Amino acid sequence: MKAGIVVFPGTNRERDMAIALKAVTGHAPKILWHRDTELPELDLVVLPGGFSYGDYLRCGAMAAHSPIMREIRAFAEKGGHILGVCNGFQILTETGLLPGALLRNAGLRFLSQDCHLRVENAETPFTLRWKKGDVFRTPLAHGDGNYVADAETLKTLQGENRVAFRYSAPNGTVDAADRDSNPNGSLEAIAGILSANSRICGMMPHPEDLVDPLMGGEDGKPLFESLVEALVR
Amino acid sequence: MSSKQKAVNADLAREFGLSAEEYDRVLAIMGRTPSLTELGVFSVMWSEHCSYKSSRKWLRTLPTTAPWVIHGPGENAGVVDIGQGLAAIFKMESHNHPSFIEPYQGAATGVGGILRDVFTMGARPVANLNALRFGSPETPRTRQIVDGVVRGIGGYGNCVGVPTVGGEVNFHPAYDGNPLVNAMTVGVARQDKIFLSAAAGIGNPVVYVGSKTGRDGIHGATMSSAEFDENALAKRPTVQVGDPFVEKLLIEACLELMATDAIVAIQDMGAAGLTSSSVEMAGKGGVGIDLDLDAVPQREPNMTAYEMMLSESQERMLIVIKPERTEVARAIFEKWELDFAVIGHLTDTGNIVVRHKGQVEAEIPLDPLAEQAPIYDRPTAPLPAPEPVGDIHDPLGLEQTLIRLVGCPDVASRAWIWNQYDSTVGGQTVRRPGGADAAIVKVEDTSIGLALTTDCTPRYCRANPKKGGAQAVAEAWRNITATGARPLAVTDNLNFGNPEKPEIMAQFVGAIEGIGEACRALDFPIVSGNVSLYNETRNPDGTTSAILPTPALGGLGVLDDVTKNVGLGMPENGTLILVGDTKGHLGQSLWLREILGRETGDSPDVDLAAERRNGDFVREQIAAGVVKACHDVSDGGILIAAAEMVMATGNGCTLEPPQSGMRPEAFWFGEDQARYLVAVEGDGKAFLAAAEKAGVPARVAAAIGGDCLVLPSGARVSAARMNVAHEAFFPALMDR
Repeated sequence: MKAGIVVFPGTNRERDMAIALKAVTGHAPKILWHRDTELPELDLVVLPGGFSYGDYLRCGAMAAHSPIMREIRAFAEKGGHILGVCNGFQILTETGLLPGALLRNAGLRFLSQDCHLRVENAETPFTLRWKKGDVFRTPLAHGDGNYVADAETLKTLQGENRVAFRYSAPNGTVDAADRDSNPNGSLEAIAGILSANSRICGMMPHPEDLVDPLMGGEDGKPLFESLVEALVR
Repeated sequence: MSSKQKAVNADLAREFGLSAEEYDRVLAIMGRTPSLTELGVFSVMWSEHCSYKSSRKWLRTLPTTAPWVIHGPGENAGVVDIGQGLAAIFKMESHNHPSFIEPYQGAATGVGGILRDVFTMGARPVANLNALRFGSPETPRTRQIVDGVVRGIGGYGNCVGVPTVGGEVNFHPAYDGNPLVNAMTVGVARQDKIFLSAAAGIGNPVVYVGSKTGRDGIHGATMSSAEFDENALAKRPTVQVGDPFVEKLLIEACLELMATDAIVAIQDMGAAGLTSSSVEMAGKGGVGIDLDLDAVPQREPNMTAYEMMLSESQERMLIVIKPERTEVARAIFEKWELDFAVIGHLTDTGNIVVRHKGQVEAEIPLDPLAEQAPIYDRPTAPLPAPEPVGDIHDPLGLEQTLIRLVGCPDVASRAWIWNQYDSTVGGQTVRRPGGADAAIVKVEDTSIGLALTTDCTPRYCRANPKKGGAQAVAEAWRNITATGARPLAVTDNLNFGNPEKPEIMAQFVGAIEGIGEACRALDFPIVSGNVSLYNETRNPDGTTSAILPTPALGGLGVLDDVTKNVGLGMPENGTLILVGDTKGHLGQSLWLREILGRETGDSPDVDLAAERRNGDFVREQIAAGVVKACHDVSDGGILIAAAEMVMATGNGCTLEPPQSGMRPEAFWFGEDQARYLVAVEGDGKAFLAAAEKAGVPARVAAAIGGDCLVLPSGARVSAARMNVAHEAFFPALMDR
């Protein structure tokens, strides 16, 4: 699987992502610069976490207009696979490649903690190593992860089975009103969503930070293994 | 700037923080009345903050060398050998005064400043820690300060992408008007790629990179060298404003430049900004420096030379560069969209010359500026003997006391704070906050782990500064040991009151003596540090109140094989063993303060030989692989240490009865030093035999199992019940 990680000024989780990708592919991914105006041949583009351009405007809003995003839009139109994590998810919603928006966490504080995600759709390139209903642990670290969308968008996402992950209790119970299991207050406890063709996935938590037993577990690894399985032809 | 019109004289010098004698010395060096800019340069370079004039005599007594120390104090940060050709570079620094005036920016720029001290030496920052002391939870402003400081540390550290992995928090009324914010950064560099600050090469260009210079923070170094009065909050304009996004770019650009062969010397512009960086770089290199302020990137129009030299605008660095590499360097900073300007060059005059708009605004000989800086041997007063401990009784019983203590401000869960700090970015965090006695961070692409901690028990330091200083060192050493790591070195952040008061100076001297003794006994040298004095608040009646003496220590240890580390969470089964001698010392204990409402008695003795023997034994056992968890016994004694292990995982244990011949509360809550609770497999007999052979006191403390802490009375206290009490304090204080 040929993967490329985009670095914007202020991106800070590119190395975490590179470690996770290397753990499943055996080789280091390409690092792409925000000013690049063409993409190498890639199976997967990753928009990693961080504070692109300082996130002094809405999170991801500046990055959405950087030169490389034109190429990434074209890549998406050609059916390319894109994973956006945390700031990457915010950028994907700002570019319109994914619907909805990410607001300030409901408690108005930055949150850095473990959460549990329930797999809602296991028939995507990002989730095929899981079964629907599986629950896995993953760290999250963000100030603006409170997913919102209008009623129509929400209906579409649900109708088309485009919710990839929901925040849940360790036993799989989802309760959007429960701040213990849905810490940032996301609508319907949505933690990750998919594009209509299931080839673009955006999520707030960081599966890339839990791919090594030494760091506390490998719960995040199936996501990357899924991508390898789906994209290595 | 209104003072531009003011005449330079002894009165203005006093306003700038220089005494009459110090101003006379300025006149003697200059042979004339200095210009306003020159007076500004002298006043900041001779401020307590930059010159260490009250502390230097005593700092010299601290041990600073060991075979593994590459650079001790005197550089921007300490550098130690961690093996495999790598070095850890670390330091802790205070931002106390700004954090009281403007908690968010004060704390944020504290993090920014210490990060720059570390990456300026060529290290990629890999971890941040912070040691925080706040006023009483009952004081209304405490809540506001906690909120701002925690948001500020998180806001900066999270954005720059350096994980915040540990630290400590205390509450005490003595910090009501003067909280302490001590920030520590640890970085990793290749030993053959360490950058120093001594300028060299006459004619070499001096380059300014980073943010533009504004009017913020002018005279910050002087402010932090004075006590607070009722007008402290009016000093808000002297607090700097941080931009972590620019810092992140600066880290990447500097590290990219450092990978080339362009840099002769580099230093960040911290306290006293352009003044201290240029004076120190040229001074250390024995060269002169000419600065052309017209070339300085400026954020505001019409800035004067005085303002530019004294500004403490953040995220700026000064670099002496190889002339033929100037354009390579410029290209790197342009790539990162940062300012890059050649603002001067090195000379052979031995002077700093500052030019602005065709005028020479300052011309000062560098040698006397450094060498004739005042040094004071301030008088000390005999310290009062500690109050007697007084009557000891147990008003609550063991179970109620346990619940009360796990929920008290100094023991309660810090998760509310940690959960606002990104502790996992970088993907190398092996033990997050609360997971072990020291945070463990792996060095990427190696087998090495760093064990990091900050420690100080201020109530011990007030009762007995010497014992308190030694205890802080011992506890840092012990916390590193408890993870299995080998303690290497410490950074010290010495926070005290007004050194012109003999009783405060005596606290300082006592603490230094204790620290020095402990560092020598444990082979744990001081490699960097910072002194923060004048931590006092003037009361409306004219008296002043000092903080508790708080020599915060930041310890660093190494695990050659990071997979051999242990955490503090109770395993599912096995035996819990108490290592170290229990005498039941209740003086200055947390129990005494929280249950009987008194801070009386002497601090616990620190037997450094026992500390070393017990610690070396525990570390060997961890290396041998027989230890499943380990936790040092500190605040709250054995029972609280056991409770913390149980709460961490939810696995319980059944405690053995206390030692005979000792009051139960003294056994359970006494704070004797050099002790560990160690969880081992099976019945622990092999461990006990090994301890006996090593001459280390050890006894079975509990049988591990279940989900309760079972007291000798048979009372079962569930992990869940303790956790409710443990987790309640911060949300109740902050989210109400």
